Amino acid sequence: MKKYRRIWLLPLIFGLVFILAACSVKQSKNKNVYQEVKQSKTITWGVRADTRLFGLMSVKTGKIEGFEIDLAKALTKQILGKDAKAKFVQTTPKTRIPLLKNGNIDAILATMTITPERAKQVDFTKPYFPSGQSLLVPDSSKIKDVKDLNGKTVLAVKGTTAVDNMAKFAPKAKVLEYDDYGQAFTALKAGQGQAMTTDNGVLAGIASENRGYKLVGGTFTQEPYGIAVNKGQTKLLNKLNQALVEVKKNGTYHRIVEKWFGGVPGFKEVENE
Amino acid sequence: MIGILTSHWSEFITGFGNTILCSLIALFFSLVLGIGFALLEVAPIKFLRIIAKIYIELFRNIPLLVITMVFYLVIPQFFFKVSGFVAGTIGLSLYTSAFIAENIRAGINSVGDGQMEGALSNGMTYTQAMRYVILPQAMRIVIPPLGNQFINLIKNSSVLAFVAGFDLMYQADVVALSSFQTINTYVIVGVFYLILTLPLSYYMRYLEKKLN
Repeated sequence: MKKYRRIWLLPLIFGLVFILAACSVKQSKNKNVYQEVKQSKTITWGVRADTRLFGLMSVKTGKIEGFEIDLAKALTKQILGKDAKAKFVQTTPKTRIPLLKNGNIDAILATMTITPERAKQVDFTKPYFPSGQSLLVPDSSKIKDVKDLNGKTVLAVKGTTAVDNMAKFAPKAKVLEYDDYGQAFTALKAGQGQAMTTDNGVLAGIASENRGYKLVGGTFTQEPYGIAVNKGQTKLLNKLNQALVEVKKNGTYHRIVEKWFGGVPGFKEVENE
Repeated sequence: MIGILTSHWSEFITGFGNTILCSLIALFFSLVLGIGFALLEVAPIKFLRIIAKIYIELFRNIPLLVITMVFYLVIPQFFFKVSGFVAGTIGLSLYTSAFIAENIRAGINSVGDGQMEGALSNGMTYTQAMRYVILPQAMRIVIPPLGNQFINLIKNSSVLAFVAGFDLMYQADVVALSSFQTINTYVIVGVFYLILTLPLSYYMRYLEKKLN
C-alpha cells in the first residue's frame, strides 16, 4: 500500500516543479516592473546582509539593518506612498545580477559600484553614495591626505584596486598587502603601517566598531554606488531617480546618512556630487 | 608562462632571495635550538627535561601561522616593532626546532644505553660522553628525518606571505592577483621552490651515504 502511495507522489512533485518553472519563466519575461510594484504596493530590494553600516543582519532583531535598508524604505514610500512596503532579499556580488534578471528582486541596492561593464547588463540610477578610496589612521596620526603617505607604510588587501591606486597617488609609499580587511586592520593596530586604505564604506564600518581610528583624506577615487534595475525598466528607473532627488531635497537622505555615518570620525558626507 | 616570468622578474627574484635568506636563518637557529632542547630532553636533571617538554609540545602543537601571527601582531602592541620577515623567521625557527629536537632525541635514544655506560665507566664526564660518543652516532641516524625537516622548513617559509614578509609566496599572490594568470604564476613558484629543495634533498642523500 505504501509503495503505491509513493508512486502517486511522483507525478505530483513533477507537476509542482513544472508549475514553479512556469512561474519563473513568466516572471523573467520583460514585464513592466513598475506596473507590478504599483499594484502590489511592494518593492523587493536586493540588499547586502554582511556589510557593516550598509546592510547587516542584526543578531538581536533578526532583521537586516543599515544605511541602504533605510534608504530603500524611504525610496519605496516616496514612490508608492506611505502605506507601501519594502521587502528585502539578501544578495551577494555573485547572486545579485542573476536574481534581478530572473525577477526575484525588482532593484539592487547593494553597495554596487557603477561600472561600464555592469551597465551593459543592468541600468543604473544616479549615484546614491559617493564611494571611493579613502584612508584609515589612528586618531593621533598626522596624516591628513593621500600625499602625506609618501615614504610611509600603507596597508591594503591583495588584489584590490586600492593597491594599484597607491602607485598613482602616493608613488613613494611602501604598500604591504594582506589577505583580508581583518588582517590588514590588525596589522594597523599592531603598528605595522601608518595607514590602511580601501573603499570609504569598508573603512567607515571598521572605524564605527573600533574607537581611536578615523578616516582622513576624503575620497581620492570616484567609485560611486548606484541602484540597478533590469534593462528596459525605464519607468522604474525614472521613478527611482526622481525619488532620489526628492529624498535628498526633503532631508530624509541627510537624516539617514547622519544616522549611520554621523558617528564615524572623519567621514565626509557629500550630498550632491 | 615565460611572459609572466619576464614581466614580473624582479618580484620573483626578490621573493626568491627573501625565501632563501629566511630559510637559511631559520635553518641555522632551528638546528641550534633543536639540538639544545634534545639534549635537555635527555638530561639527567628532571627540571630541565620538563622545560624541554613544555617547549617542544608548545611549538610542535600550535600551527606555524598562529606562532607567526603572535610575533607579528601581539608582540608589537606591547613591546617592540617586529617586521613581517623577522616575525616569520622567528616563528619558523621555533616551530621547526621543536620537530628537530624530537628527531634528535629519538636518535640519541636509539644509541644503546651501553654506549653511555661504557663511556662513563671509561672515565669520561657526561658532557664528554655526549659530545664524543653519543651525538656522533645519533646524528648519523638522524640525517634522513632531518632532511625532511629542512625541506619542510623551506616550504613552510611561505608563511611569510601572510605577514607581508615579501617572500616567494607573497610575491606570487600579488602577481597572480594583479595579472589574473593564477595557474602560470603558481607553477613558476613551484619551480622556484624545487630549485631550492631538490639540491637540498640530494645533498642530504649524499651525506647519508657518506656517513654510513
